[in-house]
Amino acid sequence: MFFSLNSAYAAIDTYEFKDAEKQARFHDLVAELRCPKCQNQNLADSNSAIAQDLRQKIYEMLESERSNPEIVDYMVARYGDFVLYEPRFNSQNAILWLGPFVLLIAGLLVVIFLVRQRGKDDSAKENTLELDAKQQKRLQKVLNKDKK
Amino acid sequence: MPRLLLFIPLALFGVLILFLWKGLSLDPRELPSALIDKSFPAFKVESLLQPERKLTMADVIGKPVLVNVWATWCPSCRQEHDQLLRIAQENKIAIIGLNYKDNRAAATQWLSELGNPYQLNIYDESGMLGLDLGVYGAPETYLLDAQGIIRHRHVGVITEQTWQELQTIMQSWGAN
Repeated sequence: MFFSLNSAYAAIDTYEFKDAEKQARFHDLVAELRCPKCQNQNLADSNSAIAQDLRQKIYEMLESERSNPEIVDYMVARYGDFVLYEPRFNSQNAILWLGPFVLLIAGLLVVIFLVRQRGKDDSAKENTLELDAKQQKRLQKVLNKDKK
Repeated sequence: MPRLLLFIPLALFGVLILFLWKGLSLDPRELPSALIDKSFPAFKVESLLQPERKLTMADVIGKPVLVNVWATWCPSCRQEHDQLLRIAQENKIAIIGLNYKDNRAAATQWLSELGNPYQLNIYDESGMLGLDLGVYGAPETYLLDAQGIIRHRHVGVITEQTWQELQTIMQSWGAN
């Protein structure tokens, strides 16, 4: 981790920004955009030719006063949603965003159903345990007999 | 009925296995192009062999073409070169080269040594046309229809099998 950060900053340092705000945005952008070639690295970490080109492009776009969403849209238009480390919600990945909530609700419904079912069973059992007056009398008789 | 419910975990396990099995045969490097069914990006770039000539969209549209991204620094490009020569010989589709981030002298020498399957070669020294096209490495090949719309992208070496697949796609246009 330490080394990868180091190399990332070495690569970034070749770009000189006039104001610190742009430099901060540059750091954010190269961290959240993914290198299309090396796949498990962001643009900051990668030294592949394409990552260098894309860093150069981001630098140029920042210097020409383009906003962050514009730059991200530019990359997505060319390389697809793949380049985003923070994926957007769309029809293709909706199941991944919503799936857990659907499962959670389904699980809750099952739990509620089971608890209710069990509650019914318990009250049914209590009913059968209740004795009427005649049975109570007999029970007392039996218990008293035992004491003697 | 409760007995059947006991099989639910097994069924879920089966589904999981299917997904994992499918995952084994997927190539994570094969990304869909973001430009499928979109127009080839507009450009105005020098020709490789005629530096004074500027190539533009007008040189690409009019008939279906293969745009092959290549460079002399790319070993797989040498590997697919013979296949490109065969495709050129069959004369079913024109191949346009996109010489990507390369050196003009080396590229010219490569073509004279190995043969030139390309009708035209775009000399994209800065790689900016490649960037507009979403290229992330060579070789890559794009199939364009007569209107210059990108219909298919192939990442990696073109083999005889790839060529058959490309021809199938082209035939499906003829049917429409």
